[in-house]
Amino acid sequence: MTGSSQLPPVTIRIRGLVKRFAPQGAEAIKNVTTEMRWGQITGLVGPDGAGKSTLIRMMAGLLHPTQGEIRVNGLDPRAQSGALREIIGYMPQKFGLYEELSVMENLSLYADLRNVTGVERDQGIESLLHFTDLARFTGRPAGKLSGGMKQKLGLACSLLGSPKVLLLDEPGVGIDPISRRELWKMVRKLSSTGMTVVWSTAYLDEAELCDEVRLMAHGEIKAGGPPRVLMDRMRGRSLRITGIWGNRRALLGRALASPQVMDGVIQGSSVRILLRQAGELPCLEALQAGAGASLVEAPPRLEDAFISILGGGPGGESALAAQLPLVELPPEVDPHAVIRAHRLTKRFGDFTATRDVSFTVARGEIFGLLGPNGAGKSTIFKMKCGLLKPTSGQATVMGIDLTSSPSKARQRLGYMAQKFSLYKQLSVGQNLEFFSGIYGLAGEVQREKIARMVELFNLRHYLDSPADELPLGFKQRLALACAVMHEPQILFLDEPTSGVDPVTRREFWNHINGVAEKGVTVMVTTHFMDEAEYCDRIGIVYRGELIALGTPDQLKERVASPGNPDPTMEDAFIRLVREADR
Amino acid sequence: MLERLVQLIRKELRTILGNKQGRLLLIMPIILQTALFPFAATLEVKNCTLMIYNEDGGAASLELLQRLARTAAFTRIVMAHGDGEMREALDGQKVMLTLRIPPEFSRRLLSREPAPLQIIMDGRSSNSAQIASGYVTQVANGYARERGGVPRATISQRNLYNPNLDFKWHVLPSLVAIITTIGCLIVTALSVAREREEGTFDQLLVSPLTPAYIMAGKGVPGVLVAVAQGSFIALVARWIYGVPFSGSILLLIIGMVCYGLALAGIGLFISSLCQTQQQAFLGVFSFMVPAVMLSGYVAPLENMPMALQWVARLNPLSYFIPLLKGLFLKGYGFAQAWPDLWPLVAIACCTLTVALGMFRRHIA
Repeated sequence: MTGSSQLPPVTIRIRGLVKRFAPQGAEAIKNVTTEMRWGQITGLVGPDGAGKSTLIRMMAGLLHPTQGEIRVNGLDPRAQSGALREIIGYMPQKFGLYEELSVMENLSLYADLRNVTGVERDQGIESLLHFTDLARFTGRPAGKLSGGMKQKLGLACSLLGSPKVLLLDEPGVGIDPISRRELWKMVRKLSSTGMTVVWSTAYLDEAELCDEVRLMAHGEIKAGGPPRVLMDRMRGRSLRITGIWGNRRALLGRALASPQVMDGVIQGSSVRILLRQAGELPCLEALQAGAGASLVEAPPRLEDAFISILGGGPGGESALAAQLPLVELPPEVDPHAVIRAHRLTKRFGDFTATRDVSFTVARGEIFGLLGPNGAGKSTIFKMKCGLLKPTSGQATVMGIDLTSSPSKARQRLGYMAQKFSLYKQLSVGQNLEFFSGIYGLAGEVQREKIARMVELFNLRHYLDSPADELPLGFKQRLALACAVMHEPQILFLDEPTSGVDPVTRREFWNHINGVAEKGVTVMVTTHFMDEAEYCDRIGIVYRGELIALGTPDQLKERVASPGNPDPTMEDAFIRLVREADR
Repeated sequence: MLERLVQLIRKELRTILGNKQGRLLLIMPIILQTALFPFAATLEVKNCTLMIYNEDGGAASLELLQRLARTAAFTRIVMAHGDGEMREALDGQKVMLTLRIPPEFSRRLLSREPAPLQIIMDGRSSNSAQIASGYVTQVANGYARERGGVPRATISQRNLYNPNLDFKWHVLPSLVAIITTIGCLIVTALSVAREREEGTFDQLLVSPLTPAYIMAGKGVPGVLVAVAQGSFIALVARWIYGVPFSGSILLLIIGMVCYGLALAGIGLFISSLCQTQQQAFLGVFSFMVPAVMLSGYVAPLENMPMALQWVARLNPLSYFIPLLKGLFLKGYGFAQAWPDLWPLVAIACCTLTVALGMFRRHIA
């Protein structure tokens, strides 16, 4: 750290902050003390439910602290809310736009609300339109903008009246990496003029770009500092096993079981591991990595730091997979094309949601669809599991067209919907009973299966509580349990890990890796770039088309250049999308 | 597959009844409405004020005054002392009608000449004022007859099925129909929309359940709720309000089931058009209000234009209310109930078929 004399002044000061929503309720924010500085972008980083939004809303004066104090530019958000409003810009989650109003009308409305008038107003709106490159779309209703443009408009609205402090609540959710990079560029420009920016995010790769981060979990700040410093502490502990012979998922399982390894994930054809101690390496021979395998030091990530702070990954065993039988496909099914999409096209009116999408997924393969919100991956996904009928083309699963819907074929599917769709009012036990029941489990078999799921996913404590009241990680576990109880041969997972913390994500992927080893064919959608690398093959969906298809390594190699010999998945994504645009 | 249907129904009942808010939502309206409706929705005129301008002042006019004062309809009698005062009272809605006894009333009565009286009513509350004026006329005619006034043909009245014209006897059987309508529509239409919003509907569609099963899983709980709510009100009507129940209990239950099925079809049809609970709620209301208006509960169907009478024939409520009244008051057996029962069955078949078609189409 540099000397304190060189640090910019503190603009937001938080002391001993506590927030409870009910007088006797749990603490949503537990004794948070921190500060944010002038001209810096400070990231509030953590999973859903960590307390990021609550903290931001308290800074904006929208919620009042139960205890402790906040000063924003010396102002108390509670007592001086009028003065505070003059100096802050706040962009809520989902951007806070009026979808029916046009871009211009939204801007004028916010100008009115913030009492920006006269010349200042006209110039302000004009320069913001220029800044966000939205001048061409002033007449378009906000609801008809793409995710990236909505977010720019949301940012523009929060910038009216030239605020000194900018509070952005998860501005990066669901938009494509290109728009996200543009947004960063804009916010970076703002902070360089002396604006204090607070940016909350659940993406750790995004947080690496901040000047400062506060890693949050369970309403507490677990660690803070410049991301570079946090990552440097991990130097020497992040390694990659490359040149693996044989099954890398099995290797990952063995690596996670070895005492030197704290955490690990699949990364394309390699396995990325995190050591407990720098220099204490696992034995490659014991891991059966093959003769050609080697350990290479990998640049540390903020995620490594976060996992280390949270006490390491969940280990490599999947008790779920252990009790599943090996999948035996019916003889008439081609094991190389358990899932098959042939020239799938879906039109809604004159809007083409997907065009000419073809791919196959083999038995035991994990196939990922990667793309920003609105690109059409959900449409493809829904056609694949029989929820939407394609306008033209064919979607078959095990050779059967699901929309003509023989129940027998659907009996072999497991499905986990976005946001873990469970029956909120029903208890955990009742959800398990219902989902096993509609798949035909009954009597002793059903009771035994439910008991095993409860034990496996550690749900005993929550058995009688409504699903709605579960912590997010447990909701995800329950949703997975409900999807696999009938031992499906194909598993459809729609954004299965959005919003959960990295450790829970690891645990989830352990199970998915495990069931794939048992021959279950898995199709998953995601907008996490690193998650895409856990898949065997991925398809990149952009503007309704499958613009690239291959293993993660193949896609990355396609964009490698002398200037960037080892591109990340995000680099690959951006390049491929740009090529498609041309 | 039957066990899977049982699972669906059990799940539905658990979501409805499993939490406090859900239970309150189904129980509170019944309790409130059974407590309020019989008293609030009455057409009887009681406790109203009558204004009298007595220009006569003779013995006969005083006698008439006293007779009017004794009726239950008029608890207060106010005397006016001029036309202006009468007009003001009517203008300010202080009274609903005024009676003017012209000079010479007593003399004319004595000399057996026709003795006219004048009643001025507030046309803004035409119905009640008309009923109240009927009471006044009744009293005046009675008095005139006793005095041996102008002889008239006497009409003797007897009210069949509801001898004392107790309004509750009309309201409560109809209430059975109206409340089951709300309950059943909410359970069917809103619950599908809620599952759509929460994404659980996709889970059901991906499972081996066919659309018919999913629909039955929604429809059966709707019917169960309708029967439970209807029976509750029927019991309250019989045992708390003392409305006689003279028909067959079995027929009552059969009627409620048929009506419930017809409604479930409508509810599921609405739900297949709606994406959100808000839309479903609006859909339920845009069905409910016309259905009640065109049921004969509020105004007799015979008074409506022909076109509306035809629409009313498609309305399950316009069969269920007469059926209920028949079962309560007229001692219906199967033969009398059949003309009201078969249209309900027919409507149920139609709505359920259409709903199933919509369900299937929606999935595609």
